Amino acid sequence: MKTIADVIAEQTFFQGLDQDSLDFVAGCGRNVHYAAGDRILTQGEPAQTFYLLRSGSVALSFYVPGRGAAIIDTLGGGDVLGWSWLFEPYRWQFDAEAREDVAALAFDGVCLRNKCDADAQLGYVLVQRFAKVMLTRLQSVRMRMLDIYGPSTSS
Amino acid sequence: MVPVPYRVVGRARETADTVTLSLEPVDQPITTPAPGQFNMLYAFGVGEVPISISGIDAGHRVRHTVRAVGAVSQALCAAEAGAMVGVRGPFGTDWGVDSAAGGDVIVIAGGIGLAPLRPVVHELLHNRRQFRRVTVLVGARSPEEIVFRGEVASWQASARITVRTTVDYATAAWKGEVGVVPTLIERVTIDPEVTTVMICGPEVMLRFTAAEVLGRGVAAERVRVSMERNMQCGVGRCGHCQLGPVLVCLNGPVLPWSRVGPLVARREL
Repeated sequence: MKTIADVIAEQTFFQGLDQDSLDFVAGCGRNVHYAAGDRILTQGEPAQTFYLLRSGSVALSFYVPGRGAAIIDTLGGGDVLGWSWLFEPYRWQFDAEAREDVAALAFDGVCLRNKCDADAQLGYVLVQRFAKVMLTRLQSVRMRMLDIYGPSTSS
Repeated sequence: MVPVPYRVVGRARETADTVTLSLEPVDQPITTPAPGQFNMLYAFGVGEVPISISGIDAGHRVRHTVRAVGAVSQALCAAEAGAMVGVRGPFGTDWGVDSAAGGDVIVIAGGIGLAPLRPVVHELLHNRRQFRRVTVLVGARSPEEIVFRGEVASWQASARITVRTTVDYATAAWKGEVGVVPTLIERVTIDPEVTTVMICGPEVMLRFTAAEVLGRGVAAERVRVSMERNMQCGVGRCGHCQLGPVLVCLNGPVLPWSRVGPLVARREL
C-alpha cells in the first residue's frame, strides 16, 4: 500500500523533492475525499489546510450580493487548492466547492508552517513552488482583465 | 476579383452579436474552399470584409460566422434568408488537416476563433480513424458567448474526441471550467513528437497559448495559427494585411508559429 510520501512524490507540485523532504512534508498530510456538492473552503473561515487535488474538480467562487456565487476559477487533478494558510490573517478569501467527487491530499497548515520554520531550505523550496502557482494564476487573471474576447476593431 | 452573387439560405444566431449565414451560389459557385481559408464577403452598398469559412456543405453551400463589430459586419449579420451577398474567394492557406494524419491533433479556439476551426473538427470526425488522440479546447468570455454551443455539446457527448470548454466568467450553473484557454493545456496529454496543434483566437490568446504548447515540447513548426489582419484585396496586392515579410491574405491566414511567432512579438508590425 502506498504511503502519503509515495503519493505526494507522484504529484508534479512535489516533484524533485528529496526523500527526506517528502517524508517531512508527508508527516503533515492525509488523504481526504469530498462528494460532488461538498463545501471544502468557506470565505472568512480560518485557513488551516492546503489541498493538493488528485482527481475531480473544484470551483472557487466569490459570493456577490444580489448575484449569487460567481465562479472565479476551476481546479482539477494536480492543482493546488488554498494558500491562505501560508499568510496572515490565515483566513480563506474564497469559497471552494467540489463539482464532482474529489480525492485530495490535505496538509495541516500549522504543521507545514512549523516545519518550514524549522527547515528554512525546505521552506524556501516550498514557497518557491507556491509562488510559481500564484504567478500562473495571476497571469490567468491578467489575461482575463484584458477581456480579449471583446469586440475587435475590424469592419 | 469580381464578387460572385450568393443568396442567404439560412441564418442562425450564435450569440448576442454573432450570426452564422448559410450561403448558396446563385449561378457559378466559387472553388470549394479548404478548412482555414477565408472569403471576402460583400454587403452590397456597404462594403467588403474578410470572413473565415465556418462550414463547407454539400451543394456548394458555404457558411460564414460573422460578428457585428462594424458597418459591414453589422449589415451581414442583419441579412435575412433571401438576401444577396457578394463572395470572392476562397483565399489564403488552409490548416493542412491531412498532414496531421497518423498523429495527435489539438484544436484550440478562443471566442469566434472556433469558426475557422469548425470545418477542421468536422474533417477530424469524418476521418476519425486517421488520427490518434483528438482534443478540442474551447474558450469564451462567458457560457452564453460560446459559438456553436449545441454542436460543441454534441462533440462532447459523442466521446469520439475529447472536448473541454472554459470561460472567463460564470455562475454556478456552468458545468465547464473557468479560466483562460492556456490553463486547459496543462490538463491535456501531449506527445510532442506526433502532435499537431491548430489555434485560432484573439492574438493575445494565440501568444499565451502557443507559449504554453511550446513549453510542453511541441515544435513551433507543428503549431499552426490563424492570423487576423486587415485583409482587403485577398490576393497579396494591396499590402494592408502585411505583417513584416508576410502578407497574411496570401501567405496566411494559417501560418506555422515558427514563422509568425517572432513577428507578433514585435510591437510595430
